[in-house]
Amino acid sequence: MSCLQTIQDYALRSLGFGERLLPRSDFTLCEQFTLIGSGMIWNVYFGVLALATGFLLATALAVGKASPNKWLRKPAEWFIFLFRGSPLFIQFFFAYFLFLSLKKSYPMFDAFTSAWLGALIVLFLNTAAYSGEIFYGALRSIPKGDIEAADAYGLSGWARFRRIVWPTMLRLAWPAYTNEAIFLFHATTLVFFSAFPAWQQRGDALYYASYFADKTFNPFIPYPILAFYFILLTLVVVGGFGLVNKRLNRHLPAERKAKMRFRVNLAR
Amino acid sequence: MHWLFYASFLKVLFILAVTAPVALGFGFAGAMAARSHIPPLSWLGKGYIAIVRGVPDIAFFMFFVIALDQGFEWIRHKVLCTDWDQPIRQGNDFIVCQAAKLPLSTSPEWVHETYGFALAIITFSIVFGAFAANVLFGGMRAVPHAQLETAAAYGMSRRQTFWRILVPQMWVYALPGLSNLWMILIKATPLLFLLGVEDIVYWARELGGTKTSKFTQYPHGDWRMWYFLFLLIFYLGMTRMSEIGLEKLMRRLSHGQATSGGELLRKETTA
Repeated sequence: MSCLQTIQDYALRSLGFGERLLPRSDFTLCEQFTLIGSGMIWNVYFGVLALATGFLLATALAVGKASPNKWLRKPAEWFIFLFRGSPLFIQFFFAYFLFLSLKKSYPMFDAFTSAWLGALIVLFLNTAAYSGEIFYGALRSIPKGDIEAADAYGLSGWARFRRIVWPTMLRLAWPAYTNEAIFLFHATTLVFFSAFPAWQQRGDALYYASYFADKTFNPFIPYPILAFYFILLTLVVVGGFGLVNKRLNRHLPAERKAKMRFRVNLAR
Repeated sequence: MHWLFYASFLKVLFILAVTAPVALGFGFAGAMAARSHIPPLSWLGKGYIAIVRGVPDIAFFMFFVIALDQGFEWIRHKVLCTDWDQPIRQGNDFIVCQAAKLPLSTSPEWVHETYGFALAIITFSIVFGAFAANVLFGGMRAVPHAQLETAAAYGMSRRQTFWRILVPQMWVYALPGLSNLWMILIKATPLLFLLGVEDIVYWARELGGTKTSKFTQYPHGDWRMWYFLFLLIFYLGMTRMSEIGLEKLMRRLSHGQATSGGELLRKETTA
């Protein structure tokens, strides 16, 4: 079987299209590359959607945590503490069994027990908490002069937030937020290794990589392939976030433009 | 059987207690290698740091457990069975002679368990060593350069400068990163479940479920949700306690340092 044929059969295997049975013996390098790459679809899906939705909630959380109003501040603080203080792995397990028992009483929770929705919700809440904390830190380090200048120009309330506070917050938070995005993509590999079942063997990249490692008893081929894909993904994320960073900093004189520093926060 | 559940909490604490210093050791070695003036050594250190960043840590965990196991068996095979002429990798099989098997097939059950446990700890230490290496490397670079130049002016050798000037001062710069790392290490302990260690996640699933491989009667309904809620709270407590402890440590280390934290402490005491 040629490699092109393999790609046709397995490129969308993780979504349920193409060949139903996974290869069982005599694994070729092409099969491993194709299937693990096919699994990456799920990693990208979880990562992109969780980031996009989490971004909105994170902004709200950061503003809430910085709010002088106790009724806004306390819930935001507790939310952030809850999701940052406990392991994501346990959160997945807890959410899965929670949805499972909810399903018994309310059939509408059926979709929540499958990974595409249930795990996405957990990732969304988790990344919202982590980014919320990053944004909160940035919110507190907005230069006082910026706010005073906005006041002097007669901006207040929503207009001040929209035009001054929010862009500055993003600009300051962006390097750390890039880090968070990278780690979120890494965290997506946990989904199918927690309780969420990989229905009909439609799993993510790590799921297929460990499938091959189990079958061939040779970890030295599938895991480096997985590493290759993830390094590629990381580079894409860094590149994409770098472009946004450039745009956020476009008004600054060239020498003050902070170069994105990725060294400091290796882990979240 | 329930006491095994409680014992698994001790297991987690034990792993934390062992992994943290070992990983710190790996990290220190890695950071020293990365700083080295000998190019291959510095590449090795930098490569070790860089690769962990791009790849999910869980992939490392799953890779190293098999890779280390095969590595050990391969070395033992080469040493113990010199008269073996067949290749070790035959298609999809990894075949070593009987004497090289780890653990020996004749050894009792607890040896098997301990071996798996040890593999898990080594794996954890390697991965977190890379994280720690990055933090320590950053800490070493953050020490004001004037301090090192002064040391050189006093006629200290490179080695003396490193051990007497750089190492004592770097901790305060590295501590925020290290405390972050400690938090991550705590939160990574449930991943041991994936490495085949019978830890709290394993027992929560077993005991909470209605029918499992070990218990075939139905002692209660599906309580797994509550077991995991309990674990969630357990971890929240652990991280909160660590936060408080690390804050105290930071105050202590900042004492007398030329940083803004140290300056704040000085003002507090003199005022």
